[in-house]
Amino acid sequence: MTRLLDSPERFGPLPQLGVDFIDAIERSGLVGRGGAGFPVGTKWRAVAQRSGGRAVIVVNGAEGEPRSQKDRLLMTTRPHLVLDGAFIAARVLRARRVILYIGERHEKARHAMLRALRERTEPERGLVTLAAAPGRYVAGAETAAIHFLNEGIATPTTAQPLPFEQGVDRAPTLVQNVETLAHIALIARGGTPSSTLVTLAGGVARPGVLEVELGTSIGDAVRQGGGVTERPKAVLVGGYFGSWMEPAEAWKLPLDHRARLGCGVIGFLPASACPVCETAGIMRYLAAESSAQCGPCFFGLRALADGCTRIADNSSDGRDLSRLHRWVDEVPGRGACRHPDGAVMFLSSALRVFGREFASHEGAHDLRRTA
Amino acid sequence: MLGILTVLRVQSPSWPRFLTTGLHRNLALMTVVFLTLHIVTAVIDPFTHLGWAAALIPFSSYYRTFWLGLGVVSFELLLAIVVTSLMRGFLGHNAWRAIHWLTYAAWPVGVLHGVGTGTDTLSAWMLAITAACIAAVGVATFFRLTSGSTDPLATARASFRTAVDRREVR
Amino acid sequence: MSPQHRLVVDRIKCDGRGLCAELLPELIRLDDWGYPIVKSESVPVHLLPLAQRAVEDCPVLAIALRRSQVKK
Repeated sequence: MTRLLDSPERFGPLPQLGVDFIDAIERSGLVGRGGAGFPVGTKWRAVAQRSGGRAVIVVNGAEGEPRSQKDRLLMTTRPHLVLDGAFIAARVLRARRVILYIGERHEKARHAMLRALRERTEPERGLVTLAAAPGRYVAGAETAAIHFLNEGIATPTTAQPLPFEQGVDRAPTLVQNVETLAHIALIARGGTPSSTLVTLAGGVARPGVLEVELGTSIGDAVRQGGGVTERPKAVLVGGYFGSWMEPAEAWKLPLDHRARLGCGVIGFLPASACPVCETAGIMRYLAAESSAQCGPCFFGLRALADGCTRIADNSSDGRDLSRLHRWVDEVPGRGACRHPDGAVMFLSSALRVFGREFASHEGAHDLRRTA
Repeated sequence: MLGILTVLRVQSPSWPRFLTTGLHRNLALMTVVFLTLHIVTAVIDPFTHLGWAAALIPFSSYYRTFWLGLGVVSFELLLAIVVTSLMRGFLGHNAWRAIHWLTYAAWPVGVLHGVGTGTDTLSAWMLAITAACIAAVGVATFFRLTSGSTDPLATARASFRTAVDRREVR
Repeated sequence: MSPQHRLVVDRIKCDGRGLCAELLPELIRLDDWGYPIVKSESVPVHLLPLAQRAVEDCPVLAIALRRSQVKK
């Protein structure tokens, strides 16, 4: 069983790997750990086919999700593992550049990565440049990272051309999360990616990063992590683009790719907290993090957030819920990136799991008027 | 003027936006036809002694050199504008827009040409037509200048962009 | 195989002018903020001329017609 946080600080020299390493990645079933969960082998193959020695590897350590800490922790405590994964990618995909795209506020992580980089050999060091990702939510998105590295502005762009065709410097580009690259490094040494990093947040005894075996239930993971402080009202699986679940259902959920872990944040809503208020707060955040390039996202998320807030404050006119349901149908898929889609999926899960609470908040205003 | 109405997003239940755009395009192309007729008749008219050079090279005629030359300038600006508009798909929006701004130059230069070259300039009907055109375009331009940005996302987009712009750092 | 024509909106260029919905109400309607919702991406043959007009008339060139081969 190979685990990331127990692995040696430094392995030996990298094994000589060629394009057939991609078969090993595909066999391992590794999916990306940045949030999208895309099969890594497929991504590598697409870049390999077009590389011609020009490919660019972007090591994505932006970690813009507010409650997530796993990428920072990995970069701080196992920088060589991440670098190994990056240089393996560079070798297999015949890349000309490796760019460390690290969140501008993650100072300890940046220092650890640079210190580790100084300990590498010259051919490897010479490939690498560092870029500081702006600390906004969408700055970690694939097209935003590429746009930033090309033009200096971290806004997402329309999908065309696709990154593996033309990305940084118009070259085939692989953008890969740091945890994914760490798993690659272990696969290259004969391991299998059997674990995943999650960040526990909210009403738990020891909030923070936990490494669990794939397939561990949330209940067991929580126990492993020190337990909850009180029985939660609900569990948010996957961070702000994730889904709410009832505690009973969540406790049994196995942590693997089917769980839609996203960036790996698992939040435990205390029993005393109001789920409608919490949802409204997160929607306001997501609306404020829109890059304001597409009308449906900027205006749609703002309208959804305002609607949730009115319901949460018991100041709804009674028609907000039906508006929310209509906008939830209309907004997704009409932005250049997946930001509105993720936000709407989050809200949909809230409307489903907290249907009763939303309805009673909306009705509360009318009741007070007739009283 | 119709161009200004397009960018100001003017519409009503009985006047859809595609009508403004369609009229603008059709009238502009009609203008080119009439303008070509005007130039051709002016050149082949035996009374004026204008050669083709005078029609195509600004300020090269002996007759009212300056005012006629303005007409050539206006025509050639218009030519650039129309050709780029027909090729808008190839050029892309930004390049097309930059050239389209020249309409604000081409039109007044054309009016000056008419006033300076025309033999009927001071007659009542000509004065009335000229005044009416200038008034219409003047009013439209005033509205254009005072309306600010017509893009509802302009402020928010610019403010987010500033927040994630690190160009002077790199 | 028959070529299918699809309407594609560039969501960043689009700034909610609405001409496309005026010309093609069968395929496009506007949301609460004036931005297009494409009800059906594929364009039936009899609406193709109007779709081409919508592409030309868009003041910011945000809508395009793409051809794709559809296997029968």
